[in-house]
Amino acid sequence: MLKHTRTPVLVASTAIAIGLASIGSALADPVTLSFLFGNDPTRLAGAQEVVKAFEVANPDIKVELETRTLDATGDNLVKTRLATGEMTDMFFWNSGALFQTLNPDHTLVDLTDEPFEANIIDSYKPVVTAKGRIYGAPWGTAMGGGVIYNKPVFKKLGLSVPKSWAEFMANNEKIKAAGIAPVIQTFGTDWTAQIFVLADFYNVISADPSFAADYTANKAKYATTPVALQGFQHQEDVFKAGFLNKDFASATLEDGLRMVANGEGAQYPQLSFAIGDIKETYPDKINDIGYFALPGEDAQHNGLTVWMPDAIYIANTSPHIAEAKKFVAFLESVPGCDALSRVGLPAGPYLVKGCTLPSNVAPAVADLLPYFQKEGATAPALEFLSPVKGPLMPQITTEVGSGTRSGLEGAKLYDDDVHKQAQQLGLPGW
Amino acid sequence: MALSLAETESVSAGLRRRSRSHSLYPHWFYLPAAIIFGVLYLLPTLAALYFSLTRWSLYDATFIGFDNFAQFFREPFLIQGVINTLIFATTTSAAKTVIGLLLAMLLTSPVLGRGYLRAVVFFPTLVSTVGVGITFEVMMHPTQGVINQALATLGIEGPGWLVDPRLALYSIILVEVWKGVGIATVIFMAGLVSIPREYYEAATVDGANGWQRARRITLRLVWPATGSVIILSLLGGLRTFDLIMTMTGGGPGFASDVISSIVYKQYQAGFYGLSAAGNVVMTVLIAAIGIPLYAAIRSREVDR
Repeated sequence: MLKHTRTPVLVASTAIAIGLASIGSALADPVTLSFLFGNDPTRLAGAQEVVKAFEVANPDIKVELETRTLDATGDNLVKTRLATGEMTDMFFWNSGALFQTLNPDHTLVDLTDEPFEANIIDSYKPVVTAKGRIYGAPWGTAMGGGVIYNKPVFKKLGLSVPKSWAEFMANNEKIKAAGIAPVIQTFGTDWTAQIFVLADFYNVISADPSFAADYTANKAKYATTPVALQGFQHQEDVFKAGFLNKDFASATLEDGLRMVANGEGAQYPQLSFAIGDIKETYPDKINDIGYFALPGEDAQHNGLTVWMPDAIYIANTSPHIAEAKKFVAFLESVPGCDALSRVGLPAGPYLVKGCTLPSNVAPAVADLLPYFQKEGATAPALEFLSPVKGPLMPQITTEVGSGTRSGLEGAKLYDDDVHKQAQQLGLPGW
Repeated sequence: MALSLAETESVSAGLRRRSRSHSLYPHWFYLPAAIIFGVLYLLPTLAALYFSLTRWSLYDATFIGFDNFAQFFREPFLIQGVINTLIFATTTSAAKTVIGLLLAMLLTSPVLGRGYLRAVVFFPTLVSTVGVGITFEVMMHPTQGVINQALATLGIEGPGWLVDPRLALYSIILVEVWKGVGIATVIFMAGLVSIPREYYEAATVDGANGWQRARRITLRLVWPATGSVIILSLLGGLRTFDLIMTMTGGGPGFASDVISSIVYKQYQAGFYGLSAAGNVVMTVLIAAIGIPLYAAIRSREVDR
């Protein structure tokens, strides 16, 4: 109804126009909330669906989505708009270490005492907490960091899902011999280069449970902790063995998803949200796709590194904080996650109480769920356990993955990079 | 807008005054320009100097002395970035000077289709740098780019122009020269047509050949234009940013990073004090190269 009142001039008949205008004036003037979101098509479709459901439930509030790119330039836009007080009412941003870089206590609305906090699973709250206050609420499901693989290729070559790094490399030999690129890398989208290091974190923390705390306290380093260094070295090894697709230097995320969906490449280390993109772009291939955790040295301790959902935040410059809180409350309720499930493909469990996954999830998502159900088979990525995350990891891992820098050198460089971030955050011990 | 308006006002005011007498302007004539310069240039410069000595979160700044400068010089890729900056500035400046002079000589001679050729040479200058960068990024794609596809029809496997770390910087240099040579050509053309014909006629009468005329007359008398081209292109090259950001973002890895892109990445990461320090370093570097160079070029100018 409200949508029509916006375009009365377009209506030829005066009578209809007057009729609609009177409906419009009968309701209170609608408040329009602006919401800055990422331009990833799958997640954007989810956002549109949530907005639609919210507007039906709250006819006096409208939500307008603005989009930004999900790369460094887009990140910069968010920080700049926050710093200059030009931010939209609500926006979408990472949880964990990157959340800490926003100066939350200066820029965001404190959500600690909101009633909807009772709906959110407690394990999520630390990743959007700064100085003891909660500033964010989860957007969608948790996701895994591991390897998307092409099932027909595995079947044709008689391979099974690897549980250890040695098995993974042995598989790669066989795939390469069959003339298929064993490992897809896509440095044209630079953040995708980080997965070998970031998704290896389950293996790090299961071998060295105190690593995250020591790392935050400047006591442990990637370069000097053998189990942590492993991720960088694995990336170097995969390049040296010639296991990469030929165009790894220029290929983008979209190219990588195309390759793994069509079996041009066998395995693509990637976050599990990308399964949803495959479903959108190659719906007939979604059943060919499976998922496994990035294996470490030890086959006995095989588990998944988990990414907490990104979050929605309210800028404290918003003139409509009360309405924005209503939107967040709607998102953190069963109707909110149902709206998300309608269009997107959940890439893991929801962190809102009472929210369940649809029964007919894709096989790749079904591969993920056992990790979540088994005790001790998941661990959060380091950025959710420590506020320290160096900004140069995409460039450094691009160099390691292209063979221009060794794994050890890359780890050292990253340790230096982290140093600056820790100092900027004013952490003790740096 | 305010700037250009005020500038025109003060310029026209100055002209009126000068036509009446040779005395200096009243001091208040300087005021608009001084205010604009103070607010838009002087204050930010001083603020940047201060913030370069702090750890700054945009909300609060902790004074940390010269730590930012120490940190900036410790950046492992900074040395590479400084070298890249110097390579970029000197090669683009040299290429623009040489090619620009040759093109200007061609385009001031009675060549067929001169007007058209002049337009073609100048055209890239009119296009937005970001547009040029994105266009060439697409054209230089290793497999789907038009350049390598054209090479492929000739049976040549083209290189990864922007994705090969050894090549990326030089590919950007090529594009920068293509884009910037138009300005150099125009400056040289203005310099060339201002050389009086009589010198050439006199030299021809004295028996000078073409090479001697070019060397003794053209190169000497076009020197002010050459100086302008060198200075403009070198300083432009030292602070180059947009073309690099749009074509490679400084990548792959750090292979085509220059000082300005490194500074930008510090800013992007939220290290505001550190990036202010980087800008101070860049300003000092440009001044250290630009001022002596300008003096040297001026001292070589000959009187007509």
